[in-house]
Parts: sequence; C-alpha cells; structure tokens
Amino acid sequence: MNVLFDEPGPRGRRRIRIATVVAIVLGAAVLALALNQFAVNGQLDPRKWQPYGTWPMWKYLLNGLGGTLLAAGLVLVLAMPLGLLLALGRLSERRWIRWPARTYIEVFRVVPALLMVFMMLFALPRYGLDLPTLWKLVVPLTLNRSAQLAGVFRAGILSLDAGQGEAAAALGMRPWQAMWQVILPQALRHVLPSLISQSVGTVKDTSLGYVLSFAEVITIGKQLASYNRYLIQTYLVIALIYFVINFALSRLGRWLERRERRIGHVAAPADPGII
Amino acid sequence: MNVLLDYLPEFGRGVLTTIELTVLSFAGAMLIALVVVSCRVSPVKPLRAFAIAYVEVFQNIPLLLWLILIIFALPEIAINFDLFACAVLALSLYSAAYYAEALRSGINSVAKGQAEAARALGLGFLRTQTSVVLPQALRSVLQPLCNITIGLLMNTAITAGTGIPELTAAANAVNVITSDPLPVYIGAGIVYGLLALLISLVTSRLEKKLVIHR
Repeated sequence: MNVLFDEPGPRGRRRIRIATVVAIVLGAAVLALALNQFAVNGQLDPRKWQPYGTWPMWKYLLNGLGGTLLAAGLVLVLAMPLGLLLALGRLSERRWIRWPARTYIEVFRVVPALLMVFMMLFALPRYGLDLPTLWKLVVPLTLNRSAQLAGVFRAGILSLDAGQGEAAAALGMRPWQAMWQVILPQALRHVLPSLISQSVGTVKDTSLGYVLSFAEVITIGKQLASYNRYLIQTYLVIALIYFVINFALSRLGRWLERRERRIGHVAAPADPGII
Repeated sequence: MNVLLDYLPEFGRGVLTTIELTVLSFAGAMLIALVVVSCRVSPVKPLRAFAIAYVEVFQNIPLLLWLILIIFALPEIAINFDLFACAVLALSLYSAAYYAEALRSGINSVAKGQAEAARALGLGFLRTQTSVVLPQALRSVLQPLCNITIGLLMNTAITAGTGIPELTAAANAVNVITSDPLPVYIGAGIVYGLLALLISLVTSRLEKKLVIHR
C-alpha cells in the first residue's frame, strides 16, 4: 500500500472486490468492442496476417531493424563520450570551458531533433555539405542526445559525496586524477540505469529516419504497406518490434537500478529519455 | 535575417500551430495522466495492471509510429479523425505516459506520516488527498513536469513528418520558396528556444510561489 490508502477493513475489502469485477468487465467490453471493429472491417482475415508469419517478410523487416540498430548504436557510441566531455566541461572551474559547454547543452536541449534533421537534409547541402543519408540522421541525433547525456553524467558526478573528492585531494591526487580514478568510476555506476533509459530514447529517435527515407524499420514498413496494402497489420507488427526491444532495454535498466540500490549505492534518478 | 521578416505570416502561422499543439496536447496529456496515475495507485489490481501496461506501451514505442498508426492505420478499421485532432491525440497519449510516471513519483515522495497524521486528525479520504497528499506531491514534481512539457514542445516538431503545418514544416515551406535555408532554420530553432524558455519561466514562477519550507 502507498501513502494514499490505509490497510482496508472488511467494508473496504468488499468495495475493492466489487471494483475489481467492474474493472474486469469494463476491460473485456472495451477489448470486445475493439476486436469487433477489426472484424467488421475485415481486418481479422487470416490472409491479411499470414504474411507476417513467413520468413521472407521477416527477412525484409529485419533489414529495417538492422538500419534502426545501426543508427542507434552509432548515436550512442558517439554521444556517450561527447556527453561525458560536456558534463566535465560544465563542471570545470575555468569559465572559458564552462560557458561553451553550457551553451551547447542549453541549445541542443531545446532544438527539436527533427528540425536539425531537416537542416541536414535541406540547408547544409546548399553550402556544400551533403552527408550520406545515415549520417544525416546520426549527426543531429548525436548532437541532441549528447546534450541530454551531459545532464545525466553531471547529475551522476554531483550525486557523489563531496568527501570523495576531498579524500582524493588529501591523498595528493591532482584534480583530473581524482576525477578519473575516484569520482568517475563511481559516478558511472550510479548513472548506468539512466544510460539504459537514454538508449531506449535513442532507439525511438532513429524513427526520424522515416523523413529521410533512411532504411530503418518504419521506412521499411511504409514500403511494405504500400506494396501489400495491409497497413494496420504492418504497423502493428512494427510497433511490436519496437516494444520488444525497448521493453527489454528498460527492464535491464530497472534490474540494474534495483541491484545498485541493494548494494547500497544510491542511484541517480533515472530520467525517461523523451522522444 | 530579411527572409524571416518577408515570410512573417507563414512563420507566424507555424508558430501559432506549434503553440496550439503544445497547449492542447498538454491539457489532454495531463487529463489522461491523472486517470492513469489514479489507476496506478488504486488498490484495484486490474486497474493497476492497466496503468502499468499503458505506461510501458506508450513509452517504448516511438511517437512517430503512434502518429502513423492513428493517421494511416486507424482509418482501416473505420475510425477517422481530422489531421490536427490525430496529432493532438497522439501527442497527448504519448506524453501522458511520462506525466503519469512523474506524478506517481511525486505521490511516492510524500512521507507516509503525512497521510497518517491527516487521518489521525480525523480527515476523510478525500480531504486527506486534496489538502495534504496531492498538493505536496504536485509541488515536488514541478521541475520534472516542466522538463516533460519542454519535451512535448520539441515533440510537436515530429508532427511535421506527417504533414501538420507547424513551425518545423513552416521552416521547410519557406526554405523551398526562398532557398536561403540557414536563417530560416536558425530562426525556427530560436523560436523553439524562446518557447522552451517561456515554459521554464512559468515553472520557476510557480515554484517560487508554491515552495515548501521544510
């Protein structure tokens, strides 16, 4: 029980039982209504679902998934070190390092990734910078994600007890040495769950490849649907693919968080990676 | 910069659509989130299961796919909305999952003793919630709510991918006419920044007003 409710008495328990039955009946009714809506429009026809049980179809979809994972992987590999560097810059004692880092983080935190994708697509080619399609997606997403990751890393570093840095200084370590050998190893463990939720956000971000016709899983789905006309089936299968991948990732994040807490480290609050 | 002034009406309409999308979706999302979080903290098991499923499903599938599902796939089962309503619906459903999680962590952050004390004073369920628990819960999550709202503002750009004439789409349209892209896109970026700043300012005003002195 949470803060809202007391342990229920006999009357409360009866009310909860009644509410449970009502909720189940209501849920079943909504589900039946939805299925009926599918059925009367002929969308439950096995012929329309059967293609998604065949290997050639999945081979095609997995190609798209490959594009999605390639882009997401590249963004994460590039954005993580960049984000860490930005976080260190943001915490620097030197103004000429702190301000550029801060400006970068503030700017890319509020400019939509899609606007930057369009900039890559329509603006930069005019000035002679025409990147391959994959990089037109990866570069803007990296700029965007690194700003968010900088916030995560910074929170992790600040979550450590000040005594850690002081003890390192007392042992005669230089500031960068203390950061590298004492603070970062602990901070990184603290933010591990948040990093996983950022990777969920990154996988979702790559869906913007759709506007570039980059061969990620939604683009592939669009091609499939315009070929076989099974729109609702195709997009539901793709939703399922995203769900399986991201659900597994977020479960991993939560498991790590629980483990950290059990060991006694206080994990930095996992922020849901938006988009 | 002249480009921006010459095409002020186009930009203005785009900015207005972005603001409309953000405000309407914020209202819709908060409404859905309140329902979802009420289910999540209720003692009724199927309602809790629904709330958990809602959050997982909407957080793990990209917004663009929700837009596509609502705009292109729902008509296949004879459910049609106009384009703008589709965008607001997708943005609301999607953001609600995040708002619901933030609200829940707010409720969890209220000390149990607060509710116990309220009950000991003889307050009923409703009075306990509305005058003791929820006000504290809401105040403690203002900052996360602000961040999610800025995320929502940025997410409205994604609707450009499905043909909603908001700010990002307006920037594209003006760019096609003028082929002077840099000021056009930088201008749009600055407008997004200003709108985000506005959301932060409103939040910090609220925070100052509602701060809890402990």
